Amino acid sequence: MSPDWVRWFFEPLQFAFMQRSLVVAIMVGIICSVVGSYLMVQRLALLGDAISHSVLPGLAIAFLLGVNIFVGAFIAGIISTVMIGWIHTRSPIKEDAAMGIVFSAFFALGITLITTIQKDNKIDLNHFLFGNILGVTVGDMRDTAIITALVLVAVALLYKELLFYSFDPLGAQASGLPVGWLNAGLMVLISLTVVASMKVVGVILVLSLLIAPGATAYLLVPRLHQVMVLGAVIGVGSSISGLYLSYYLNLPSGPAIVLVVSGLFALAFLFSPRYGVLTRAGLWRWLWRVGA
Amino acid sequence: MATPPYITIDHLSVNYRDVQALRNINLTLRPGKLVGIFGPNGAGKSTLIKAMLGLMPVVTGRVTYGDQALTHQLDRVAYVPQRSQIDWTFPATVWDVVMMGRVKKTGWLNRFSTVSRQLAKDALERVDMLAFRDRPIGALSGGQQQRVFLARALAQEADIFCFDEPFVGVDQKTETVIFKIFQELAAAGHIVMVVNHDLGESITNFGQIILLNKELIAAGPRDWVLTRDNMIRAYGGHVGVFGHVA
Repeated sequence: MSPDWVRWFFEPLQFAFMQRSLVVAIMVGIICSVVGSYLMVQRLALLGDAISHSVLPGLAIAFLLGVNIFVGAFIAGIISTVMIGWIHTRSPIKEDAAMGIVFSAFFALGITLITTIQKDNKIDLNHFLFGNILGVTVGDMRDTAIITALVLVAVALLYKELLFYSFDPLGAQASGLPVGWLNAGLMVLISLTVVASMKVVGVILVLSLLIAPGATAYLLVPRLHQVMVLGAVIGVGSSISGLYLSYYLNLPSGPAIVLVVSGLFALAFLFSPRYGVLTRAGLWRWLWRVGA
Repeated sequence: MATPPYITIDHLSVNYRDVQALRNINLTLRPGKLVGIFGPNGAGKSTLIKAMLGLMPVVTGRVTYGDQALTHQLDRVAYVPQRSQIDWTFPATVWDVVMMGRVKKTGWLNRFSTVSRQLAKDALERVDMLAFRDRPIGALSGGQQQRVFLARALAQEADIFCFDEPFVGVDQKTETVIFKIFQELAAAGHIVMVVNHDLGESITNFGQIILLNKELIAAGPRDWVLTRDNMIRAYGGHVGVFGHVA
């Protein structure tokens, strides 16, 4: 007789769709945390949001043309980052305003296109917005695996250059590194990651998987590669537990994953040995004084 | 030994968002002397260095080192930006930051060599920060952070060193350590340029002074540059900035 928790763990795995969704959720948990760490340290969280909202029209057009929707979404993500950069370098508009303008325009176009075509086709806007992990196909699994391999290999090979560039872009440029290409490469990695995450959490909630695992790890460890590795562990843990919660409690899977990772962040925020609001000596002294 | 090359700045003009920041700068920077760049706020001191290194676009003009454009020889340059440009909460240790000085020389896809590690170690030793190598960069004082950046520049094995306001927010010990190393670098035949905010007596450390206010006011030895006339042209009425007007 196996103990209850073993049965609890293996029961969902008898379904092929749960196996596929679990594999995809694990891969997405890893790459979101790794790539999202760069977004966090460069204060580009909003850019992650912008790219993820901007992939929708590409996805709809690809669907209409019968092309792989991952490709269409990726192209739309890249076009949106180029437009954001273009607006903010060629006009006095600041970068955050440029992001706000571009991503809402792309998002609106995407929603319009998808609502128009979803009547005649078997697609559902909600699946793109909030994810549809239970609808993961073998093809999706293959595409996600390819993207995961690409992203991890690129980050491993360019790690030292990207570290220098993220920490001190001027110093990196002055030492002769091609910072324009490094930045473009990073945008490609972010777009690929967002595209791979669509099925798991959807374009609206993907920001959480990009930022929260890295931010949680950042409160616990001091070096970027450690933030990435611990972030990946947190991302994978959240993906798996979110998926099980969704299976047993009949919750939507994307939001369940996001709630888990947000909960983990809250724990680190309160109890991190170095930065925890409740664990720092200063707070106890402060409470002591206030209470006294 | 052949004489080391020098930097020639030829008719350099730079705009910052459609406003002229530097107008027609002509200068020669020779190795061997510590070069101090002075001028009031907004005089274009940082802009001069950034434009020289191609970190911001140039309207007209050329900057050459030896007989080639300086921007084609950036692997010979070590640049330390103003401390306000750096996010000090970044998840990196002292060691991570110093090793950044070895990234370009190490090359794409390569791992850091034993030689690079030794250079980083020696550089940290020279600025008296080796004991802090595993500390997060954000846990250091301003002076310690500046010494780590100096170590990064040393690890680069550069010929040209550019520092943008390295003395802002540093303690007396750090200032002494930094000036000593600057002098050693200059004496070893490197070009060492330092943008300064306001140094008071420390200005005696510089062998060549460049006085800027959107255009070149004067350049040369200290006593020759810091005349009452030049100071008024650079700073307007506020001549009391230096304790050392000749």
